[in-house]
Amino acid sequence: MTDLTLAAGAVERHLRARRDAGRGLLMPYVTGGITPGWTDYLRAFAAAGADAIEVGLPFSDPTLDGVTIQRASDTALARGASTRRILADLSGVPDLGVPLVASTYYNLVLHDGPEAFCAALRGAGVAGLIVPDLPVHEADELTDVAAASGIELVLLASPATPQPRLAEIAGRSRGFVYAVSVMGTTGERAALAASAAELTERIRRVSDRPVLLGFGISTPDQAREARRHADGVVVGAAVMRRVLDGAGPDDLRAFLAPLRQALDQECDRPR
Amino acid sequence: MRNVPPWREPAPPGGTMGEPRTRGRFGEYGGRYAPESLVEACREVDEAFRDAWADPGFRGALARLLAVHAGRPTPLTPADRLSEALGVRLCLKREDLTHTGSHKINNVLGQALLATRMGRRRLIAETGAGQHGVATATAAALLGLEATVFMGERDIERQALNVFRMRMLGAEVVPVTAGSRTLKDATSEAMRHWVGATGDSHYCIGSVVGPDPYPWMVREFQRIIGDEARAQCAAELRTGVPDYVVACVGGGSNAAGTFAGFADTRALLVGVEAEGGAGASRGRLGVMHGCRSLFLQDDDGQITQAHSIAAGLDYPGVGPEHAHLRDLGRARYVTVSDEEAAAAAVRLARTEGIVPALESAHALAWVIRAAGDGELPAGSTVLMTLSGRGDKDVSTLKELL
Repeated sequence: MTDLTLAAGAVERHLRARRDAGRGLLMPYVTGGITPGWTDYLRAFAAAGADAIEVGLPFSDPTLDGVTIQRASDTALARGASTRRILADLSGVPDLGVPLVASTYYNLVLHDGPEAFCAALRGAGVAGLIVPDLPVHEADELTDVAAASGIELVLLASPATPQPRLAEIAGRSRGFVYAVSVMGTTGERAALAASAAELTERIRRVSDRPVLLGFGISTPDQAREARRHADGVVVGAAVMRRVLDGAGPDDLRAFLAPLRQALDQECDRPR
Repeated sequence: MRNVPPWREPAPPGGTMGEPRTRGRFGEYGGRYAPESLVEACREVDEAFRDAWADPGFRGALARLLAVHAGRPTPLTPADRLSEALGVRLCLKREDLTHTGSHKINNVLGQALLATRMGRRRLIAETGAGQHGVATATAAALLGLEATVFMGERDIERQALNVFRMRMLGAEVVPVTAGSRTLKDATSEAMRHWVGATGDSHYCIGSVVGPDPYPWMVREFQRIIGDEARAQCAAELRTGVPDYVVACVGGGSNAAGTFAGFADTRALLVGVEAEGGAGASRGRLGVMHGCRSLFLQDDDGQITQAHSIAAGLDYPGVGPEHAHLRDLGRARYVTVSDEEAAAAAVRLARTEGIVPALESAHALAWVIRAAGDGELPAGSTVLMTLSGRGDKDVSTLKELL
C-alpha cells in the first residue's frame, strides 16, 4: 500500500498517521454559520481532541439529513449563511492542527462550477470535501478538478452498496471512506446498527484507507463500539442538537471529552 | 441564465424522446445524483422497469388496468365555442375524465404494478396539489399495497378535499413542516424516508423528475396521453397532426407524455409554466432531488421557493428531459400568471362546460393569449392536454372570483 500512502493528500496522511499510531479517530461536525461566533466551535473541537473537523455548508434541500441537521441548516440560512460567507469566516481561523473537511450537496458545487468551488475551499484552508448526493458514478466531473485543487473528495459507502461498487468507492475515495452506518438519514440513534460492523468489514476487505463511521453515533458507548470495527467516528447530529439548544464551545468540549476518552480506551484494549 | 436557442422549425427529430443515453442522460441533464444508500434501489427500479416494459404480459396487465379502472382511452374534445371565439381549432385531450381526475393515474398504475412485480408492499409518494397522492392511494388500494404520502403542511391546508380522499382510500398522509411546507419539501422528505425503507417500499415519484430511471420511466407511463392523442388527431383533424401541442409544466409529466406522442412530427411543442414556478424558463443548471436539471435558485445556489395559484405547478424545477428539449429548441417554454390562469379556467367553464384544474388552466391561458396576439396564426390547429379537473380548486377559485 506504499503507493496509496504516497499519493495521499493532507487529510489522508494525517488520518493514516494517527490511525497507525493506534489512535481512534474523531471527526465532529458543525454547520457553518449556525451562530455569530461559530468558528469558536472549531477551536473547541480541536481542543477536545478532534482528528479532523467537518464543516457543513448548508443547503436548502438536504435529502440525506434528518431533522436536527435540517434545522441547523435552516437556522444558518436564516442567519444569512452562504458558502462565500462561511469560507470567509474560515479564512480568519488560525491553523487548528487538524484538517478541515467541508460537506455539502452538489448543487452548491455546481453553482460557481467545480473549479471555482474547489479553489475557494482551498483558499479558505479546507482540505477535504464530502458531497452526499454525488455517488461514485457521477463523480468524474469533480474528481480531477478536486485533486488538481488539492481537495480530497471523500466518497460515501452504504450498507446497500454491493461489493464490486464498494471496491470502486474505496479505491476512488480520498482522505478516508465515509461509512454510512445505517440505511437512514443523519440523526442520533439509540444503538449502533448491526449494518455498521458488516459494512466496515466489507470495506476492509478491499482497502486499507481510513474508515470513519457516521450516522447515529452520539454516545461514548456507541463510539467505543464503532471503534471496534472502524478507524473512527463522525459525530454530527448529537453536536448540532446541543448547539441548537444553546450549547457553547465549552459545553461541546465537555460533550466530546468522554467520546474522546471512549475512543482512546478502546484503543488500549487488546484488538 | 443560459442563452435560449431560437424556437426553430423542427425537423422530425429521430430519437428525440427515446430512451435516455447512458446513465440516464438527456443531453447534459438527468443522471442519478442520489445518496449512495439509494443508488442500489434506483438500479433495482431501473432493471425491473426495463424488464417489465419489454414484457407483453406486464404491458397487457397495465393496459387492462388503464381501461377498466382508469377509464382509458380518454376522449379528444373539440372546444367548438372557444375555438370559434379564438379563431383557432382547439382540441382538448381529456385527462380530467380519468378515474381520480387527472393524468397522474397513468403513471401511478404503472409504478404500482411494477412495485407489485418487485415484491414491494408499500408505496411512498410526495404530492403537491394532492392529485398524485390521490392516484397513489387509489392504486395502492386497488392492488392491496400500503401507501404513505408526504405533503407540505401548506398544501394540506390548500387541498383539504384531496387529503380527505387519500385518507378515505386508506393512505397515511404525513404533513411536512420543513422549509416552505410545499411540494419541494414533501419531495425531499419522501426521499429521506425512502432511504430507510428501500427494503419493502417503492418510491412512486409523481413527475418526470428524480434520479434515473424516474424521468424516463414516468414519461413512458405517461406516453399513453400522446399516443392516444396522436391517433385521435389523425382521425379528427384534416391535417392529421396539430400545428401546436400545448401542455402545462410543473415537473412536467403530462407535458412529457403528450410531447412523446408528437416528438417525431412537425407539431410545435409548447410547455406552459406558472410565472412563479418557471424552472424551464428561468431556472439555472443545478442538482436537486436526484437529477441534474434547471432549478430556480438564489445568488448563493439555494433553491428558491416557487409560487403558483396551482399547487401542482409550484415546483422550483423542471424534469431533465424538458431542459434538454428546451436546449434543442424542440419545445418552447412560456409562462402564465395566476390571474391569466384563473380567468382561463372561468372561460373554459362558461364556453365548454368544463372546469379545468388550475394547472391545466395555465396551458389554456397561453392558448388564449397567443391566439389573441397573433402568435397562434388564425386557423391553426392546437392540441391541449387538459391534465386534470378543477374540483380540487373550487375553494381557491371561490376566493378569487
